[in-house]
Amino acid sequence: MRRPFVAENPSVLVFLIGLSIFTVVVTVLAEGFGVGALSTSFVKTLGKTLCLCLVAIAMDLIWGYCGILSLGHFAFFGLGGYMVGMWLMYARTEIIVEGALAQGDIPPTPQEIIDGIGNQIFGVVGSSEFPVVWTFADSLVIQLLMVLAVPGLLALVFGWLAFRSRVAGVYLSILTQAMTLALALYLFQNDSGLRGNNGLSGLQNLPGVTAPQSAVSLWFFWASALALGAGYLLSAWVVSGKFGSVIRGIRDNEARVRFLGYPVESFKLMLFTLTAMIAAVAGALYYPQAGIVNPAEIAPIASIYLAVWVAIGGRGRLYGAVLGAAFVSLVSTWFTGGQAPDINLGVYTVHWVDWWQVILGLSFVLVTLFAPKGIGGLFDLMKREDKA
Amino acid sequence: MSQMNTLLEVSGVSVSFDGFRAINNLSFQIGPAELRAVIGPNGAGKTTFMDIVTGKTRPDEGRVLWGERSISLLALNEAQIAQAGVGRKFQKPTVFEEQSVRENLMMARRAPRSWWAVLTFRASAQDMARVEALAGEVGLQDHLDRVAGELSHGQKQWLEIGMLLAQEPRLLLVDEPAAGMTPEEREHTTDLLVEAAKTRAVVVVEHDMEFVRRLNCKVTVLHEGSVLAEGGLDHVTANPDVIDVYLGR
Repeated sequence: MRRPFVAENPSVLVFLIGLSIFTVVVTVLAEGFGVGALSTSFVKTLGKTLCLCLVAIAMDLIWGYCGILSLGHFAFFGLGGYMVGMWLMYARTEIIVEGALAQGDIPPTPQEIIDGIGNQIFGVVGSSEFPVVWTFADSLVIQLLMVLAVPGLLALVFGWLAFRSRVAGVYLSILTQAMTLALALYLFQNDSGLRGNNGLSGLQNLPGVTAPQSAVSLWFFWASALALGAGYLLSAWVVSGKFGSVIRGIRDNEARVRFLGYPVESFKLMLFTLTAMIAAVAGALYYPQAGIVNPAEIAPIASIYLAVWVAIGGRGRLYGAVLGAAFVSLVSTWFTGGQAPDINLGVYTVHWVDWWQVILGLSFVLVTLFAPKGIGGLFDLMKREDKA
Repeated sequence: MSQMNTLLEVSGVSVSFDGFRAINNLSFQIGPAELRAVIGPNGAGKTTFMDIVTGKTRPDEGRVLWGERSISLLALNEAQIAQAGVGRKFQKPTVFEEQSVRENLMMARRAPRSWWAVLTFRASAQDMARVEALAGEVGLQDHLDRVAGELSHGQKQWLEIGMLLAQEPRLLLVDEPAAGMTPEEREHTTDLLVEAAKTRAVVVVEHDMEFVRRLNCKVTVLHEGSVLAEGGLDHVTANPDVIDVYLGR
């Protein structure tokens, strides 16, 4: 009776094929396994960009499709990074400490090893004790589960409190900003157990792996591409059927959906939690490529940028979110990375590092006012011309 | 009317907004298969009455009992009341303009409403056939894949009536269904409502006396938040109080 949903949504297939081709091309050109035209650091930038595309898809689901302008989804992204970062840091430090202690005459006791690891990791915040939150840091499996569980649980509790009280619109946006700010401020403290403003570092080094970074960068690039493809497929499925109808209905007329008998709050809560978990997976793949995660990453502005990417890409369509995130973050890297030549106007020199923010803010305003469909709207124009 | 034959029983309900008594000790009953018109001047409390029954507004006092087991609707939220079988059509047509007629009807169609059931929902052949039949009933069979926002005003009204029927409610609350319709469209709407009332309760709020006459049913006249008169249209229009507050104007 019904065709498989990929057949009904050709853009999903186009996207997946495009992503596969991109992955193969990057692999062939990379230093790790290919001709070496792309540097390892550029491969990392591309891998990170794929992760940003994935978190943008989550943002598009919650905002573009369901109308909930969450300005706190980068908190979940950062938390995902912290969860995987704890294991990476623990396991790598364990190897180093064990190596160092093995030099001694007497084999070290397990307690000595633990103390050594604690000193290495927490010395920077004047402590050597393992905080409670590091209880499972020695287990990769548990930390990977926590990538989903911790942000998911935070979203569930926060969402339950907010949606149950029917907080919506701009009030909800402010509340989510407060959430991410509170989390960032908490993590900034030295006694938060997550190394304060130092964050978790050295995440690019996989414990026990001797392969060069040129290879590791490609592994993460592949994992990111896989996660993006899976996330896209999942999101497209979620919005394709009646569930998609209902959440778009909530966006356009929440009260009407309620009078049709749908428990609006539970739909919102489910979507909020799901998107938080997608964001967390993206973060868990992003930060090992970035090498460091610290509380500044989840400052309120980061979540606002996320909304800007989706707005510029075109909300309410998944490929719009991907295009927006990829385009804006890559251009942003170019401008703020010092690669864009400064322009000397004689009386004034335009430093792109500073002026890029202005351009970004301005283009957000312009897109909102004059092209609410964003970059994705261009595809509508092309389609219309085809028909004409 | 005996308790057995009452679907909805509203008794002694009052509600005030900032000191203004919108509903004042209102009592109202309707049977499981009955057509009823509710008329009254502006501000008589017609919309507030609907808001109370559908759970949008909580009354200050009174009871709203539903069904054979006399469940209190006041303990339920909007979604639960809708699931219990109360459907509502708003005065202004409120359809989901960015979605197709088919999607609108499918969303309204009676089915489990939990997020999990909706997420894993796949329309069966029966669902498809029912949606197409409903579209036929409201004259939209040729517009199934059009976006609802492109429909004319009258077509949107009908789509909303179709959505209401798709919910298969036991009680339909219909607010000014004929507003902005041509005479032929009005006639069609009348037929649909009369037909629906054979198997369920239908409450029509209406200003237009001509339309009410065509419905040919029992009429409840509201005034200042309570029932002024009840009975056949000729009976209530002969009532001096009704002439005074409503028809006299």
